[in-house]
Amino acid sequence: MRKFWMFTPFVAFMVMGVFLFKGLFMDPSKLPSALIDRPFPSFSLPSLYQPDQIMTELDFKGEIALLNVWATWCPTCKDEHEQLNKIGLEEGIPIYGLNYKDDPQLARAWLERYKDPYSKVVVDRDGRLGLDLGVYGAPETYIIDQHGIIRYRHVGEVTEKVWQQLKGLMEIIATEEDV
Amino acid sequence: MIPELGTFATILALCLSLILSVVPMIGAYTGNKLWVDYARPLAKGVFFFLSVALVILGYAFLTDDFSVTYVAQGSNYNTPWYFKISAIWGGHEGSLLLWVWIQAFWTLAVAVKSKNLPIDIVGRVLAVMGMITAAFLLFILFTSSPFDRLLPNSPAQGADLNPLLQDFGLIVHPPALYMGYVGLSVAFSFAIAALLSGRLDAAWARWSRPWTNVAWAFLTLGIALGSWWAYYELGWGGWWFWDPVENASLMPWLVATALIHSLAVTEKRGVFKSWTVLLAISAFCLSLLGTFLVRSGVLTSVHAFATDPERGVFILGMLIFVIGGSLLLYAIRAGSVKSESTFALSSRESMLLVNNIIFTVACAMVLIGTLYPLVMDALDLGKISVGPPYFNALFVPMMSLMVIFLGIAAFSRWKETPTQLYISKLWLPAVLAVVAAVVTHWIYSQSIEPWVLLALVLSYWIVFTWGREFISRLRNRDDMITGFTKQSRSYYGMMLAHLGVAVMIVGVAMVTVFVEHRDARMAPGDQIEFRGYTFIFDGAREVQGPNYTSDMARVRVLRDGVPYREMFPEKRMYTARGMVMTQVALQPGFTRDLYIAMGEELENGAWAMRLQFKPFVRWIWLGALFMTAGAMLAASDPRYRKQAKRDAAQRQLVTE
Repeated sequence: MRKFWMFTPFVAFMVMGVFLFKGLFMDPSKLPSALIDRPFPSFSLPSLYQPDQIMTELDFKGEIALLNVWATWCPTCKDEHEQLNKIGLEEGIPIYGLNYKDDPQLARAWLERYKDPYSKVVVDRDGRLGLDLGVYGAPETYIIDQHGIIRYRHVGEVTEKVWQQLKGLMEIIATEEDV
Repeated sequence: MIPELGTFATILALCLSLILSVVPMIGAYTGNKLWVDYARPLAKGVFFFLSVALVILGYAFLTDDFSVTYVAQGSNYNTPWYFKISAIWGGHEGSLLLWVWIQAFWTLAVAVKSKNLPIDIVGRVLAVMGMITAAFLLFILFTSSPFDRLLPNSPAQGADLNPLLQDFGLIVHPPALYMGYVGLSVAFSFAIAALLSGRLDAAWARWSRPWTNVAWAFLTLGIALGSWWAYYELGWGGWWFWDPVENASLMPWLVATALIHSLAVTEKRGVFKSWTVLLAISAFCLSLLGTFLVRSGVLTSVHAFATDPERGVFILGMLIFVIGGSLLLYAIRAGSVKSESTFALSSRESMLLVNNIIFTVACAMVLIGTLYPLVMDALDLGKISVGPPYFNALFVPMMSLMVIFLGIAAFSRWKETPTQLYISKLWLPAVLAVVAAVVTHWIYSQSIEPWVLLALVLSYWIVFTWGREFISRLRNRDDMITGFTKQSRSYYGMMLAHLGVAVMIVGVAMVTVFVEHRDARMAPGDQIEFRGYTFIFDGAREVQGPNYTSDMARVRVLRDGVPYREMFPEKRMYTARGMVMTQVALQPGFTRDLYIAMGEELENGAWAMRLQFKPFVRWIWLGALFMTAGAMLAASDPRYRKQAKRDAAQRQLVTE
């Protein structure tokens, strides 16, 4: 019996090895949220533009939009900013910003410097909302439908390729809502 | 030409390490002493050629040889020379080279410092270490050579080192951390050698103890330096983020902490032998796993800077070979080990067992939290992120429990400890700890915060229980002076490390609960007052650095209205990468840090400023330094050398 138990560490490691191997070939940027198809978590946090104005989850209802989690300390956010400008300013898709664990003053200055693709930005300074949302790290981008339900989650940079994919999904969501 | 010599030196080191992993091992099995004797010169040779490779890489950085891809990615003409040197380990390829160089260094250290060990053991240990070196060298040469060239179109200017990494903290953090990670390979190799030779006695525990202590000291120091670096460099003042990369270094630390305690039991009492071997194997395997997690991109993390499936497959293959192989060996060989003595439920052995259980479980928690999202995903059960709340919810109670036992253990004795003894010795420290905690807390803040109170009670508990134990040791001697000098270095080392735990707990709780910050728009002349300090903003001016331009603000600080300090936070623009970095101004202090980070420039010379008051934050790292110093002190105890000589003499007698 004792002999048998001595094999447990080995077996446990081998099982872990299988998962690690599978993990290597998974796309780390596709990380659906635990909240998929659930309503956006409730919050009441200040707006970035008018710090005395409090926003809630109701502000994220009404149209199919993207929610982008970003911060000025996150280099990838800067990389994807150009793409967001294209989506928000050129294509006119509404993008809500969630300024995550950041300094609002830095964030405002950033938007001034690199242009502002967002229609609304909520300030989540302590990361409470990010926590409720299950944010893994910045940047992350979600699709929220007009009822304020989270429909899709993308972790990492939004590139042109990712955007085409998101756009396709948003179109599908739009048609199903017409029905 | 010179970089090719670097590749060549690496290849030579690989060849020597392959010979090192085979020849002495065969020698040890066949009893061919000549073959075993090759181990030491081979270890020296591997170290020599890897040093050559490392120096050549450094030379390429210092001479701005941008035809070398790795140099072009991580340096620039204007990078200051000391950052050119630290740029050697600023990226994936170079940090692996540093890793394997440190592995060779430890191999050399074992080769030189093992005069008193039986030669067959030395041969086996060095051979196992040679295998690890060879595996990493294969990885470097096949997938990530730092000497690869960008020819013929080499760039005229390099991309510069990531500004985040241009900092003193980064010069010292990776080498210290790697010294710790890799140092665990010594205990690992001793364990494997003991399993292979079938002599799993207390002697191997005694040989590995000083090595494990030193490795643990470096690991502690490395993690603390990383936390300190994140605190002042990332600019938002946190000191631990439960990031997968941090977890990767914490897991080996937790198991190594269990290991240094378990080794003590195995050495002194000859029990837990197979358990200790398993810990020695796990500690090093977890540092390999940490490398895999960081380097392969299997987990998304803020700091994973090399993500490449090909490299991942290679490291995974290596992991399966090293970890799987050693655990299999363990399964086959360790089952027949018998304990040399027995112990009662209430004894020091049990106390150390509790320590082991707590640290192993804590490590398992971190491992699960780190891998859980991956496992869920692989099983198609959906993807879930695990964040700081999970870790905090588990860690705080686990560590509180650990500290309670740490106090009780002060009065435990080997074999059996009467419960009566515990009660008679412990009630006074317990009462004193609660009283002292309430009083100190009230004096500090005139309020009671439950978490701070808990932390203070636990800290005083450690201090009072171990203090009482120390005093009773002194009383056993004729006078205090001999009492002081008669205690061994390892005893003082242990005390210092345990005191470090108390100090760290205070720091963690105080800074978490009593931190205070202000964000404000400050125009020249504006002032902000909080916590008894007045901050007056005098405006910012432009300053030219070697590879950046900076806006440097001057903030005058008054304490209770009296001029106290001037602080100079900066906003740096690194020209080569066009990256803007916040250079925090810190006024460190024993009981509080003042922390100023600059935001963006606003109109009319005004700036967004973030001012923070961080009470007792230094104590976190001070505690870690105490632990490091304690482990070093314990490792330097002359008794290990004396005992090793005695062991050697005894073996001589037996063989004659």
